[in-house]
Amino acid sequence: MNRLNLKQAKEGLKKKSFSSVELTKACLSQIERSDSKLNSFVTVTKETALRQAEAADKALDEGIDMPLLGIPIAIKDNFSTLGIRTTASSKVLDDYIPPFDATVVKKLKDAGAVLLGKTNMDAWAHGSSTETSDYGPTKNPWDLKRLPGGSSGGSAAATAANFCIASIGSETAGSIRQPASWCGVVGLKPTYGRVSRYGVIAMGSSLDSPGPITKTVEDAAILLEVLAGVDELDATTSQLPIEKFSKLSKKNLKTLRIGISEDYFIDGIDPEVEAKIKNAIKKLETEGAKVETIKLFDPKYAIDVYTIIQRCEVSSNLARYDGIRFGKGRGFFADEAKRRIMFGTYALSSGYYDQYYNKAQQVRTLIIDDFNKAFNKVDIIIAPTSPTLALPLGATEGASMFGEMADVLVEPSSIAGLCGINIPVGFSKSGLPIGMQLIGPQFSESLVLSVANQYEKLTQNEDWRKNKPEI
Amino acid sequence: MKINVPHVAKLANLPISDKERITFQKQLQETVDYVEELNRVNTKNVEPTSQVTGLENIVRDDVTKPSLNQKQALSNSYSTHNGFFKVNAILENE
Amino acid sequence: MKYKPVIGLEVHVELKTNSKMFCACSADYFGQEPNTHTCPVCLGLPGALPYPNKRAIDWCVLIGLALNCEIPLFSKFDRKNYFYPDLVKGYQISQYDKPFCINGFLTLSNGKKIRIRRVHMEEDTGKLIHSTLEGEKVSLIDFNRSGVPLVEIVTEPDFETGTEVKEYLQKLQQLVRYLNVSNADMERGNMRLEPNISLQKPNSNKLPVYKVEVKNINSFAFVEKAINFEIKRQSEILDTGKIPLQETRGFVEKNSSTVSQRTKEEASDYRYFPEPDIPPIRWTKLQIGKLKSLMPELPDAKAKRFQQQYRLLYNDSTILTETKNYADYFEEAVRNAKDKLTPKQIANFIINRKVNIDDLQPAKLIAKILDTNKTNVIDTEELKTIVKAVIKANPNIKIDFTKGKQNVIQFAIGQVMYKVKRKIDVEKVRELIMEELT
Repeated sequence: MNRLNLKQAKEGLKKKSFSSVELTKACLSQIERSDSKLNSFVTVTKETALRQAEAADKALDEGIDMPLLGIPIAIKDNFSTLGIRTTASSKVLDDYIPPFDATVVKKLKDAGAVLLGKTNMDAWAHGSSTETSDYGPTKNPWDLKRLPGGSSGGSAAATAANFCIASIGSETAGSIRQPASWCGVVGLKPTYGRVSRYGVIAMGSSLDSPGPITKTVEDAAILLEVLAGVDELDATTSQLPIEKFSKLSKKNLKTLRIGISEDYFIDGIDPEVEAKIKNAIKKLETEGAKVETIKLFDPKYAIDVYTIIQRCEVSSNLARYDGIRFGKGRGFFADEAKRRIMFGTYALSSGYYDQYYNKAQQVRTLIIDDFNKAFNKVDIIIAPTSPTLALPLGATEGASMFGEMADVLVEPSSIAGLCGINIPVGFSKSGLPIGMQLIGPQFSESLVLSVANQYEKLTQNEDWRKNKPEI
Repeated sequence: MKINVPHVAKLANLPISDKERITFQKQLQETVDYVEELNRVNTKNVEPTSQVTGLENIVRDDVTKPSLNQKQALSNSYSTHNGFFKVNAILENE
Repeated sequence: MKYKPVIGLEVHVELKTNSKMFCACSADYFGQEPNTHTCPVCLGLPGALPYPNKRAIDWCVLIGLALNCEIPLFSKFDRKNYFYPDLVKGYQISQYDKPFCINGFLTLSNGKKIRIRRVHMEEDTGKLIHSTLEGEKVSLIDFNRSGVPLVEIVTEPDFETGTEVKEYLQKLQQLVRYLNVSNADMERGNMRLEPNISLQKPNSNKLPVYKVEVKNINSFAFVEKAINFEIKRQSEILDTGKIPLQETRGFVEKNSSTVSQRTKEEASDYRYFPEPDIPPIRWTKLQIGKLKSLMPELPDAKAKRFQQQYRLLYNDSTILTETKNYADYFEEAVRNAKDKLTPKQIANFIINRKVNIDDLQPAKLIAKILDTNKTNVIDTEELKTIVKAVIKANPNIKIDFTKGKQNVIQFAIGQVMYKVKRKIDVEKVRELIMEELT
């Protein structure tokens, strides 16, 4: 039952094929059975989940219709949850219990969701491996000797391993798309400002975008419709109306203009990744889509821009952890956080502002302009999500910029605040998932979801879709 | 450009051991050197971006809502006294 | 004096909005139980975000307009990063290079213009209380004040004396009270002052190379004392050929001196950068115009009008416009008087009799003045004659008085009153009798 996707689970609950309590128990027992191998959860909230499931069943009996009624969902541990420990996978917050819910959590609850627990991540979301968690690394369900990616590695792994029906992650630059790619699931990074950041432990405030990690594109659309919208507690949320994302508008592939850029098939890209992405693009071309080669701003500069902006914001965002009002104090930061805080502090310090922060924000303008120009010619841009397959455990050791380097292909669109989605397009010979990203202009989630959904349908019956992780 | 780790650690209020100082010196210098690459991009007359949303004038009305109660406010602190947060004495010159 | 004092001033004014600057907690924190006016935002809990208060921003601009500032059409908030236990986020949301108001001035009574460099918006910190618990020195923190809107007003170093600074502060206090945006109560900490003082060498046009900031000053009288102390202290150092240290000093009330302070921000490198959580503010000229139209008549303008419209003296009009309520009371009384009394008569009565405007309604005031005038129709010379006659007719009065019998005065008053047969001012009669007897 826990293998169901969100849409199937919803239908099953509605038809009373099973109850929310049964569905929740199925997820919980899968977690109990197998999470010792994956370490995808920091906290499992069994009792709360069962209580919520019971309430959902009651509501279902009364014929109440809510978008996520009775659906078990896992949430990344950087979302504040009222009365439930929230650590951001850092010992600094080992026993921190928020007295409030993040807006995303509130929206999930209001939509009837059952919260299974809090998923593991790179501490403070600093990384692309989930190896820098103070609660130990999460492992990739497809190969336990490999990393799930990150920072939302716990959510991606838990979704791939069917510990939950769907999950919530957050992306600063790649933290949803990249682990989704390495774990073979769908990960949607909404436009910056589309989903409220209120209550999400801040990493890079001008970049952070919460979003869903799911088993299908349609599930991501259903969740986005719940999560999106202006928030009176987040002054940077867009006031645009929430579209009916779950209806999955049908973009005619014959009028679709796809942009591809050779700069995104960088030196050192895994040849299997390159082949699968090019093959996937061909399939869309066969359906009538027009593929255009475009020139994009070299993504290598995005690493610099992202490193500087994100670390500067991190240095300020992590200043509140002084151990006075909550948490254990600054001595408890692990190395990665310390590095990022110190670099950001340095880059903002007297005499360096123009050279680093201001320069990075200027190049950010160039990157935004560059995308705007590109989107005059094409509707969406398609590229590999990650240049590599899931890397082995230990890959981050001694790599002082591992996170920023691994996310080279997702950083430009994050810097520009665009939306993007990772969808699985197949597996390597070694059995590791390969993901492709579709990038659209700001607030073009409907278009991106539509194309991704059609690709998913086109390839629904391909053999690789039958692959299941063995845990 | 050379990064001065002890100075930066002090500014950032981070306790750093001597051993860490050496490791961080090397690692942070790598990052500093790496991002030098950005100097190759010409940004003459380019406006910096700090808000990608394009939003402006986002304000709220001056209306109050209930606060947390004192117990909730203090609930995550290791050190409180009579409704206050408590810290070691801050040097205050008289 | 040998040296020319160069004095600038930073003043923080706490606004009296309903809610705090960036959250919906009540800003009315004074005297409340500790940590009962906080929420995730003003406690700086992980993930909480600021959302700016429109009224606070409008009021900041209003203060700027009242200080003759330019209002740049583009403005933004910045983060000022530093660590202190009363600062919840490790940064204060403030304004760095794009404040709401710039380049204003305030005119002192001697006509000197004190230039205002900038007026910007920021948030207050929590309050530290230093205490000893079980022999251990501790600091207790109350965050009720955290996030209350503060407006910082920074002058150019245009003051030369403590007296000028004091007058500037009184005028500023009067101004924000007129605008009704702050209680500006020094004792409650609604208004906080930090003068910076240095001395310029004779015949030099260059600004001094150092600056001494003085903190912990909680009254206008003390600011004058602190400045005088600093001028003397720095002169003595300069006399020996040395240059005073650039530092922050604290005012010590008991001997009106200052001492070196080595507390906050040893290395002050605030690492300002634009606050990513708050989109910038852009005004239209129309909006600024609208705010301007909300501005009440300010004290100087009102005093001038009183002089012209009511033919009052400069001093009287200044006294009557000290507070907006006082001025309004006077004008209401003038309206009530119709043509029965001149504004000058009313002004004199209010000022000389120190009328309590809360106790006596304007209409009743007019009735009282008219009544008093009626009782005073007897002129002093006539009264004097009667007094003399009474004393002459009763020689015992003088004899008893010289013996020290004070109650004989009461008898004399009674006799005079009997003769006058009208209601008159008893005090006046007593005065005249005493005059006659001594």
